[in-house]
Amino acid sequence: MKQLYDVIIIGGGVIGSAIARELSRYQLKICVLEKNLDVCYETSGRNSGVVHAGFAYDVGSLKAKLCVEGNRHMGVLAEELGFPFRRCGKILVGSTPEDRTSLESTLAQGMANGVSDLVFVDKERIRQLVPDVQGEFGLYSPSSGIVDPFLYTIAFAENASANGVEYFFNHEVTAISLNADQTYLVTTTKGTFYSRWIVNSSGLSCGKISDMLGITGYTVVGSKGDYIILDKRVGAMLPMPIYPVPNNFTMGIHLTNTIDGNVLVGPSGGTTMDMGDYSVPGDNIEHLSTCASRLWPHIQKKDYIRNYSGLLAKRLDENGVIQDFKIEIRDDIAPHAINLVGIESPGLTAAYAIARYAIALMREREKLEPNTSFNPIHRFPIRLRDLPLKEQAELIRENPDYGEVICRCEQVTKAEVLQAIHNPLGVHCVTGIKYRTRAMMGRCQGGYCQMRLTQIIEKETGEQATDLRYARADSQVFFGKVRQEAE
Amino acid sequence: MKTPKETAHAQTKHVDVAIIGGGPAGLAAAIQLYQNGIHNIIIIEREKQLGGILRQCIHDGFGLTRFSEMLSGPEYAQAFIDQVETLGVPYLVNASVVHFSPEKHLTVVTPSGLQTWDAKAVILTTGCRERTRGALGIPGDRPVGVFTAGVAQAYINLYNRMPAKEVVILGSGDIGLIMARRLTLEGAHVQAIFEIQPYPNGLPRNIQQCANDYHIPLYLNHTVTQIHGRNRLTGVTVSQVDKDRQPIAGTDKFYPCDTLILSVGLIPENELSREAGVALDPRTNGPVVNEFYQTSLDGVFVSGNVLQVHDLVDYVSLEAERMAGNVTAYLHKGALPESSIRIVAKNSIGYTVPQRISGQSDFLLSLRVSRPLTDCRISVCQDGKEIAFRKLKKAIPAQLIQLTVSTDKLSSGHDLEVSAHEN
Repeated sequence: MKQLYDVIIIGGGVIGSAIARELSRYQLKICVLEKNLDVCYETSGRNSGVVHAGFAYDVGSLKAKLCVEGNRHMGVLAEELGFPFRRCGKILVGSTPEDRTSLESTLAQGMANGVSDLVFVDKERIRQLVPDVQGEFGLYSPSSGIVDPFLYTIAFAENASANGVEYFFNHEVTAISLNADQTYLVTTTKGTFYSRWIVNSSGLSCGKISDMLGITGYTVVGSKGDYIILDKRVGAMLPMPIYPVPNNFTMGIHLTNTIDGNVLVGPSGGTTMDMGDYSVPGDNIEHLSTCASRLWPHIQKKDYIRNYSGLLAKRLDENGVIQDFKIEIRDDIAPHAINLVGIESPGLTAAYAIARYAIALMREREKLEPNTSFNPIHRFPIRLRDLPLKEQAELIRENPDYGEVICRCEQVTKAEVLQAIHNPLGVHCVTGIKYRTRAMMGRCQGGYCQMRLTQIIEKETGEQATDLRYARADSQVFFGKVRQEAE
Repeated sequence: MKTPKETAHAQTKHVDVAIIGGGPAGLAAAIQLYQNGIHNIIIIEREKQLGGILRQCIHDGFGLTRFSEMLSGPEYAQAFIDQVETLGVPYLVNASVVHFSPEKHLTVVTPSGLQTWDAKAVILTTGCRERTRGALGIPGDRPVGVFTAGVAQAYINLYNRMPAKEVVILGSGDIGLIMARRLTLEGAHVQAIFEIQPYPNGLPRNIQQCANDYHIPLYLNHTVTQIHGRNRLTGVTVSQVDKDRQPIAGTDKFYPCDTLILSVGLIPENELSREAGVALDPRTNGPVVNEFYQTSLDGVFVSGNVLQVHDLVDYVSLEAERMAGNVTAYLHKGALPESSIRIVAKNSIGYTVPQRISGQSDFLLSLRVSRPLTDCRISVCQDGKEIAFRKLKKAIPAQLIQLTVSTDKLSSGHDLEVSAHEN
């Protein structure tokens, strides 16, 4: 049966999910087509988790404008959606006269972009802000911060879903055509969909989907960044992210504190055309440690708990120069299609602002009726570890599953795992539960809890052992049972 | 509606000894304490059953030293659990200690409620965890199919799930060797075991019985240099390494496989010790202890794999029993003698346990050599004079070496030095 959507959003990352959530404020039938098994499996989940202030982008650019707007709105958004956000500030540290000149121009650019709270700080002050930081002076940005990028994206998606947006996972778009009646036919690996509007928020696939819309000619490359995750043991020593002086191409290898108390070292990497390459070369791990140790002396191999790699979609001009975000409606080629190309950093910070900007383009062409039942509030399940002792005792009394610790490193209880499995998006793969609860993200990397997790997932979903997936569609965990006797 | 009184959490319970961890060390310590007349104790175990990691070690080879018979892991554990039940030693299962303060105050999460305990002495028998891929920083993709040996063992033996078909094993630690055999018996194909060191890390009997007997080749001086596969593992690249353990260019070889088993070391589980402020030894990753197995915190004792990684569970039980004797003395006397004599590991000695002694009582010294030695003499010296020694035809880092040191030979309060020399 042909079902006509008002809007199909291609890509359920932070941008697609922010647009989905913001569009659900209106009376529209919306769905999100996501090729992975969950949201935030690509760029949105693989980054530093830094909320940028907006000083690093060219004056007058969309990056600058939407970053500043996104940053300002982050506190309100975190309140509404219940994701962890901390406005902890950040510093850029320098040592040489060239660094000073460069930071001075960064400061000026920041002021022009509307980041009015940047301050130059001396050595004594940077040491007060971050003990042991290596540098002579710095640029301090009090309005920068950090988020949990997984929960941030999931919160947008789950709130969108609660407001009526449908999510289709494991649906990769393979073709788009414009029908004579001006509706779109979207072909996926799992069936066809019809819609009046299309949003291309496909991140790493933005060039491909743009081509499918007929908007050709964009050069999009993957910018690859590798990271090391350090044990929480060192987390307390880094109260805010520290960055080197940026150059024209990158922000440089930096150190970032995470919401949960780990430290990220990275990114280092290069350019790739392989948008599925999340491998981390051994040389880069060494390189990260060497470079970041110049900023901060607490990087030791014994604190490595994991490494990962992220990709950003960068739009380049013919000379290979990185371009601004492109957010457009090409009425001449693809009417009723919002095309977002090259949404890289600061996309995470700017997601809400990008969504509002994209919707404004749509509203120039169509009157949208408010959805009076829209509920902006989203709440994640309560985490035992976040509560004071007395409340913990009460919670366990109300629900004994809160008294069963499944993941010891991150202190995740069975109640939290169960609520994550029964999440509004219906995601069942192991990493879907990992990202929602943090089980398996600690120092033992699932050595203790992964058997318990997979057992609970199988039991709750009624899935066969061989159907369980780790992260992606082909990531089968088990080949079967060992014994046939009753369990 | 709850009254305010009901919402206040339960009263703190008081015990003489709280034992954190009901594996082999905790069980042996509890039984010994109970037999010594210390009855106001509690074992706190996070799993649903007592027994710890032994529950998944269904192979035999346990108990030869302690019981003079060959038992499986569950049988060995059951012998202790039966005794706990017979004696009526109090224990909690499904109970996780989430906070441990230096005042020996414990916060415990259980499905029946949040509990707080105060103890005169605390015994940490929390065992160890496995080193992971992330800790090693093995380069490459991050597919599913890379498991530590213990995780694969738990899946197969406890959870009835087969996680592997075509297998490569990295590391020749004992669990890796045991899993080479176990996976083979369950129908998986184990292609090879690779060890980065020039010598095997497991016990000789495991190399014979788990690898050689099943024609599974063990390659020394080799390591995995790349992991392939974006969904499930598709293969690993293995390279030879030079004497500095760096990969040698041109020696790369690709092994197609769906599973990589890691047996690359165990890390004593000292998160609670660290929270309480117990001083740790970077060589063992376990607490610094004196000959009474007391840590830097008064009344906090440790034994088993949380102190040092043992190669036989029998030694864990024996160590815990010795410790329990000292905990008994601590409770009776209120304090133990001060330990101001340091034990310094010198030539070819990786570490020693204890690291400090009082000099007032004979003690068992545990150590590991830092490299394989043949025909060697391990000497304990004070002021240049040998006060204890042990001669060994062969000493390898995989083998825990123990010798008794008698204190009547001590002539001063100076440091003891332990060293190994080949003849």
